[in-house]
Amino acid sequence: MGYLSLTERDREEMLAVIGVASVEELFRDIPEGVRFGRELDLEPALAEQELSRQLEELAARNVDTSKELSFLGAGMYDHYVPAVVDTVLQRGELLTAYTPYQPEMSQGVLQAIFEYQTAICELTGMDVSNASGYDGTTVAADACYVAKHATGRTNVVITEATNPQVRQVVKTYAPGFGLEIVEVPHRGGMTDPGELRRAAAEAACVIFQQPNFFGCLEPAPDLAAVANDAGAIAVAHVDPISLGVLEAPGAYGCGIAIGEGQSAGNYQSFAGPHYGFLAARNEFIRRMPGRIVGETVDTAGERGYVLTLQTREQHIRREKATSNITTNQTLLALAGLVHLSWLGPQGLKEVGETCMSLGEYAKGRLVDAGLELLFPERTTFKEFAVRVGRNAKEAIHDARAQGVHPGYALGRDYEGLDDAVLVAVTERRTPGDIDRLAEVLARR
Amino acid sequence: MKLIFEKSQAGRRAGELPRYELPSAGVPEELRRREAPRLPEIAEPEIVRHFTELSSRNFGIDTGFYPLGSCTMKYNPRVNERLAMLPGFRDLHPHQEEDAIQGALELMWRLQEALIEVSGLHACSLQPAAGSQGELTGLMLMRAYFADRGEADRRDTIITADTAHGTNPASVTMAGYKLAKVDTDARGNINLDHLRELVDERTAGLMLTNPSTLGLFDEHIEEIAGIFHNAGALLYYDGANLNAVCGISRPGDMGFDIVHINLHKTFSQPHGGGGPGGGPIVVRDRLEPFLPVPAVVQEGERFRLDYDRPKSIGKVRGFTGPFGVFVRSYAYIRSYGPRLREMSETAVLNANYLLARLREVYDLPYDRLCMHEFVLSARTLKREHGISALDVAKRLMDYGFHPPTIYFPLVVAEALMIEPTETEAKETLDAFADAMIAIAREAREDPEVLRDAPHYRPVRRLDEVKAAKRAIVKYGFEEHLDLGDEPAQSRQLEAQRGA
Repeated sequence: MGYLSLTERDREEMLAVIGVASVEELFRDIPEGVRFGRELDLEPALAEQELSRQLEELAARNVDTSKELSFLGAGMYDHYVPAVVDTVLQRGELLTAYTPYQPEMSQGVLQAIFEYQTAICELTGMDVSNASGYDGTTVAADACYVAKHATGRTNVVITEATNPQVRQVVKTYAPGFGLEIVEVPHRGGMTDPGELRRAAAEAACVIFQQPNFFGCLEPAPDLAAVANDAGAIAVAHVDPISLGVLEAPGAYGCGIAIGEGQSAGNYQSFAGPHYGFLAARNEFIRRMPGRIVGETVDTAGERGYVLTLQTREQHIRREKATSNITTNQTLLALAGLVHLSWLGPQGLKEVGETCMSLGEYAKGRLVDAGLELLFPERTTFKEFAVRVGRNAKEAIHDARAQGVHPGYALGRDYEGLDDAVLVAVTERRTPGDIDRLAEVLARR
Repeated sequence: MKLIFEKSQAGRRAGELPRYELPSAGVPEELRRREAPRLPEIAEPEIVRHFTELSSRNFGIDTGFYPLGSCTMKYNPRVNERLAMLPGFRDLHPHQEEDAIQGALELMWRLQEALIEVSGLHACSLQPAAGSQGELTGLMLMRAYFADRGEADRRDTIITADTAHGTNPASVTMAGYKLAKVDTDARGNINLDHLRELVDERTAGLMLTNPSTLGLFDEHIEEIAGIFHNAGALLYYDGANLNAVCGISRPGDMGFDIVHINLHKTFSQPHGGGGPGGGPIVVRDRLEPFLPVPAVVQEGERFRLDYDRPKSIGKVRGFTGPFGVFVRSYAYIRSYGPRLREMSETAVLNANYLLARLREVYDLPYDRLCMHEFVLSARTLKREHGISALDVAKRLMDYGFHPPTIYFPLVVAEALMIEPTETEAKETLDAFADAMIAIAREAREDPEVLRDAPHYRPVRRLDEVKAAKRAIVKYGFEEHLDLGDEPAQSRQLEAQRGA
């Protein structure tokens, strides 16, 4: 049972050294009234073999993406995860280490984070990245907190074309932060810079997503300019896998870049654990939440890495900290670094181009099959919305009966879009897969 | 060791993609990437070697004993890793329809039920991604609860102990509350007289770790709960130290209303060099309506996600939480079943054994039996030999051990906070105790060997002040500054407080 290492004899010897007669006596400081008087009512203990069987049975009750042809995205994507990622993540020295408080014991993790920070800065065009946030939603709340303190303002503007889950999390955090949230509607799948300008006047930050939740490309440089003109921080929520083909937020005036890292290096895993990233221009470095690794030297003058700028953090600054975060998502961020290293700049560009080509092919096939694109004028990245000519949830349900999951029903989040499905096409889908999708959804 | 970027050669690559005969899609000129990101250009064999070398420069539980106080560094079972990678879990999308995710929902529901039983409370949300997010979520629940009762404006203060983890006060600020701090008394309990002075009609609640970060169970926990409940306030249990009391004493029975549980501590999710974790919260029934959405509920034989919770605070993280963590923690709980109590008993036995072996050699600020961890002080070594807790920690590395947490909790000077966990063998505990005793002797006889430690790690002591001053936080490519050319000046470390 369990993973205990003591023998009965060990226990007796240890109790004798402690000078107590029984294990029970070790708990004498616990008041009688709060001692638990019965056995825990938990499911019975299982040997490893039984445990495996039990969980394999549970796993088999799920319909994973190997059993169904899936075009689901909406924030989580079925990108290819190379085998080297699994190999690196199972290294016990990395997997079973704690946060690197003792740098001499932790150079491996610290250097890996330093490399991750470099990769994120390269992707986003920013000066500094933290060692990761929880996911693509919480880093948006983090960005709001940075913006509030950097600008002294209490309004946050977020576009309605930003992932609904991101908006929901920001709204949950807002009362504690003392922030008001203003949402700017989309116009035909895109944010109108003029409309954004009116909302941004007194904002601490303006958050938009590129590509946005509908997969459409926003006029991102114009949106960032609107924010900057208003004295607000422009915050771009970006997909790392898009940044081989799409411009870096730092190159068009953003102060902060955030995003969900899942698409780089992480399995879908029913939404976690994954990592969120947060990168910023240098001026915000001392307001950043979370761990940051810096380069230094040891007493012999050799290069090494440490957690740095810790005076921002809760374990030093306590109630004056820039965030309460301590545990983050280091291992998943490491997966991101390994995947991005495996792709390299050329591979990253090719993944983006492949997603876009397959997306265009899918749009064409679906239009040929009698469906109507929701935003036909827009350029999209790896995801697009299509009208299925009937209730989307029913269409999805029926398609699944034929082994195809066509995507996400947009009516769950947007009024008036009950007939729209958001279709994601990653590099893992083939033209043949797409033909099958068109066949299943065909209106003629 | 070189950075992966320093191994990069233009034109080299690892991953190849399938190619399709499709027309390329255009990106509008103003949105197109102009300069490619300088990601490493490196072949696959060198990627594997690079990260293998990095791992050889790192120390995990798999490497050796890791008694980092308040972090519960127990063995991480390998079967749990295998199970989390089952395709039925690993390749599951969170937006699939409910009939396609029944196994996942059932696992989450069963984990919730187990956490509810261990906590002695009534309802659970697995959504928070880490302990500190669980704390923040708990405080949001307090705000929502008092708003519902029309008391939100009045109740603006949260009380924390001076021994609290830094996350407690930081969470209080982020949740928009004011902070009041209560002292610790001479036995290491909350100072009840001070507490009575602090609690009034403005108090929203208490955040407390029990056993505390001193590794001591508060002997007055019933009186403390009474003080808050009589004032109409709530009690929040920081579950960082739950590993001491599973099946022995339950937070709900102690009087707590909200609990967070660190799945990466008590329930063995590997910490991955800094994460992932999991911070589920478990609450008393009157707080259930305010929990994050969606809730995972059972209806007959089926499981579903319930979004219809009008009083919910909303969402604190995407989707339903870090599912892979749930698989591992559920598997861990199933490997013990009702005998989870033996896990905690053994953790406490191991800690008391180490304490008994070390109490004559280091200062013991609170002379009591401990729970799952204990705090020693190196203040005598410091006074008599100029040897600090930091020196002891660095020297432990030479003996092949990860150091304990040091300089925390703040109420103990030169603190060494030691948590062995239940998975360690007696021989390991003895070897560690022998090393600690040898180091105390070295402090008297050969203090320089401690001040220069570690001697056998890939690097010597690192200059944290320089790191903070220069803040080189990414590789600079052709402009990269080489700090190695400058003489090392300061050896003072910025901060080492852990957990």
